[in-house]
Amino acid sequence: MEEQVAGYVADQQIPSRPAPAGEKGIVQVVRKNLFATPTDTVLSVVFGVFAAWLIWSILSWAVFDATFFGGDREACLTPGEGESEGACWAFVGAKFSQFMYGSYPIDLRWRPNLVAIVFALLVAGAAIPSIPFKSLNTWLLFGVFPIFALVMLTGAGFDVSGGFTAFLMLVAAITAYLLYGDDAGGLAAWPAKIALIGLIACFALIVMSSLDTGTIRFAGITFTIWSVLACLSALVSAVAIAVGMAQRAGVQIWRPVVPVVVAAFIAVLLAEDYGLRPVSTNLWGGLMLTLIVAVTGIAASLPLGILLALGRQSDMPAIRTVCIIFIEFWRGVPLITVLFMAAFMLPLLMPSGVSFNQLLRALVGVALFSAAYMAEVIRGGLQAIPKGQYEGAASLGLSYWQSMRMIILPQALKLVIPGIVNTFIGLFKDTSLVYIIGLADLLGTVRRGFSDPNWITPSTAATGLVFAGFVFWLFCFGMSRYSQFVERRLDTGYKR
Amino acid sequence: MAVNTEMAGAHGSAGGALALLNDTRYRGIIAQIALIIALVALGWWLVHNTIENLRSANIASGFDFLERRSGFEISQLPIPFSSDASYGRALIIGILNTLIVSAAGIVMATVLGFLVGIGRLSTNYIIRGLSTVYVETFRNIPPLLVIMFWYFGVLAVLPRPAGAISLPFGSFLSNRGLQTPTALFQAGAWATGAALLAGIGAAIALVWYSRKRQLQTGHRMPVLWPAIGLIVGLPIVVFILTGLPVEFEYPTATRFNLQGGFQIKPEFLALFLALSVYTGAFIAEIVRAGILSVSHGQTEAASALGLRRGQILRHVVVPQAFRVIIPPLTSQYLNLTKNSSLGLAVGYPDLVAVGSTVLNQTGQSVEVVAIWMVVYLTISLAVSTFMNWFNRRVKLVER
Repeated sequence: MEEQVAGYVADQQIPSRPAPAGEKGIVQVVRKNLFATPTDTVLSVVFGVFAAWLIWSILSWAVFDATFFGGDREACLTPGEGESEGACWAFVGAKFSQFMYGSYPIDLRWRPNLVAIVFALLVAGAAIPSIPFKSLNTWLLFGVFPIFALVMLTGAGFDVSGGFTAFLMLVAAITAYLLYGDDAGGLAAWPAKIALIGLIACFALIVMSSLDTGTIRFAGITFTIWSVLACLSALVSAVAIAVGMAQRAGVQIWRPVVPVVVAAFIAVLLAEDYGLRPVSTNLWGGLMLTLIVAVTGIAASLPLGILLALGRQSDMPAIRTVCIIFIEFWRGVPLITVLFMAAFMLPLLMPSGVSFNQLLRALVGVALFSAAYMAEVIRGGLQAIPKGQYEGAASLGLSYWQSMRMIILPQALKLVIPGIVNTFIGLFKDTSLVYIIGLADLLGTVRRGFSDPNWITPSTAATGLVFAGFVFWLFCFGMSRYSQFVERRLDTGYKR
Repeated sequence: MAVNTEMAGAHGSAGGALALLNDTRYRGIIAQIALIIALVALGWWLVHNTIENLRSANIASGFDFLERRSGFEISQLPIPFSSDASYGRALIIGILNTLIVSAAGIVMATVLGFLVGIGRLSTNYIIRGLSTVYVETFRNIPPLLVIMFWYFGVLAVLPRPAGAISLPFGSFLSNRGLQTPTALFQAGAWATGAALLAGIGAAIALVWYSRKRQLQTGHRMPVLWPAIGLIVGLPIVVFILTGLPVEFEYPTATRFNLQGGFQIKPEFLALFLALSVYTGAFIAEIVRAGILSVSHGQTEAASALGLRRGQILRHVVVPQAFRVIIPPLTSQYLNLTKNSSLGLAVGYPDLVAVGSTVLNQTGQSVEVVAIWMVVYLTISLAVSTFMNWFNRRVKLVER
């Protein structure tokens, strides 16, 4: 139906008019953003001059006055006194391979290269949303890659003890029990529990007594009676969970067995001799070592942090208290004292005869330290999950671990991805501290490099540090940009 | 969060012991007892190992070493110290040095952070660009690297004392650090100090009185300028009246060194600059987030009420932004304090550096690490207690 309207009512859209002459164009942009008020004008001029001076000094230092090629310090020394000296990039060029690999044997550097390429591919596969096979990729990254990297970098052929194997199996069996123990129905779970308790008891016996009750060699590993028993009971406990799960329909019963089998495999793979020349960890260095420490710390701190965060949120006072004390202790002290503690006290805490190498000590310190920070980030996520989700999970009849695994943690972790990445960035920067306890990471090799008498010039130190700073910056800036990207991508569910 | 449902005997057929283990209430208790037993066992095992190891390595234990002669020198001394003094005194100097550099760094980082944080929100292209570049650069570089850059890259390549760079007020900058004049106070200078204290007291009283009057009558009285007059003006007047009882000792360049004045060591300068520049970048982001968290409606409502720009900032934006800013600011202050331990890398004698010397000389790693942990935990606890108190004061009062 046509509506009767007065003649002065417009019946069509009036075309929009162009903006007034003073409100558009480059002049307007400049006026509005630089010279809006007298104060603004003064600030613009002062800071503009400052910025121009800054850019000019940086350019002239890094490019115009810089020395790019040369074999030793002579190239970087300016002929006349009083002339301004630029960067000595020749120094970075000469020491570049050291900055990357430390003292890793030159003919074996294809091994770290290979590890780096595989790592980059797997990370890219996991990080870029459009690449398929995410779950396979994640398995490869977290299950297979660590063993591959360890074997390639060290050359394997370790003297694996039965106690160590038993320890791996213990961790695996407990993981399997926590994740799937409640999925096993009724009484069938009992063998699993009993086997687990037996395993813990055996492990305690291994630790307490260095009793040599006969040795059994299998797959290159020397077992004592107790470690054999421990390994067997780990297997029994996992199989029992699987049997229990088989009573129910629609569950993948192979899952609880995987961790234990993987643990056994790790032990065997590490003991295996592949004909690779062993490279001792004190030859590792440079960016390679920085990445190893950072990635190991990240990988270890995430599961530990999740456990600590859950413990801190627990209803059980003893567990909560222990977790709070643990977290607050590590958060209250500087990493450097933690590293000192790991370097000087860890050997004292272990029974005589057990010795950790220096890298492993640093890794233990870094992992515990960052786990505490990670725990606080994850706790934030746990607290942000509405109570209804916990109650809903409980009313479905899910056990504690089931509800955490299937309902709470997936949501909580997703919420705190930016915080987790921030912790990663912090950890990555903190790895530079291992230089203080004598490891030659990227910063450490640069530090050693500019004390080299062949390269002492006034600008060597600054050049080396700017280079190292740029490498660190690239990684950290990249991570922070990626976290922002993920945040935007995952935000969809909450947008209105 | 354990599920506190009554599940006792859910599996019916199981006997008494099984029912006990399947009951979530008892299972929790059993789990806790198991954890405690495991921890005690672990602790006992670690202590046992440590005692064994110490005995076999012939290392003494206990804190007796604190009384013994240290035999080393420390480069920055807030209190007198010589190599004849005890390890305990050396460690106290370490603690004081940690506190000095942390306090200085916190002040500088806060100033820098607030300026840059506000600068990042500026409408001015150049200021915003500079602030962004600063924040994104320093947030993504390890603090240790920044410290080493200042120390080895900048301060170490400054000219020798003989050719030191002159700065205003008779100061000199050289590779031995910053040499500033010292003020030598003479008799009668106490009057100026007393005037300063009196001025501060009077200013506090004035603020208190004006607030009370405003609550009662609604009238505001000028506070800022009279307060400045009291705090700054009064001491100056007294200072002039008592006949300028101060003399400056200026550093003078001799052939090899700078004589006289007060020397700020390059180690301190490098650590101080690096800590403030590094932490400043984080504080800037916190400040920016805090200001952005105050919704635009608040500013609009305030200007609808007729408040001026300065008043809006002072009464509406800043108090609300502060609530968001304070908790993360606290953790930045604590981070800065903990990062001051990185001074070890350039030889700044803080607690960790002095402690590691003691550790190397005595071999008593357990005791030294324990001292470190206790001191840092105490500092952390003290700072966070204070900031929590401050946070409660500015917190939004809800139902």
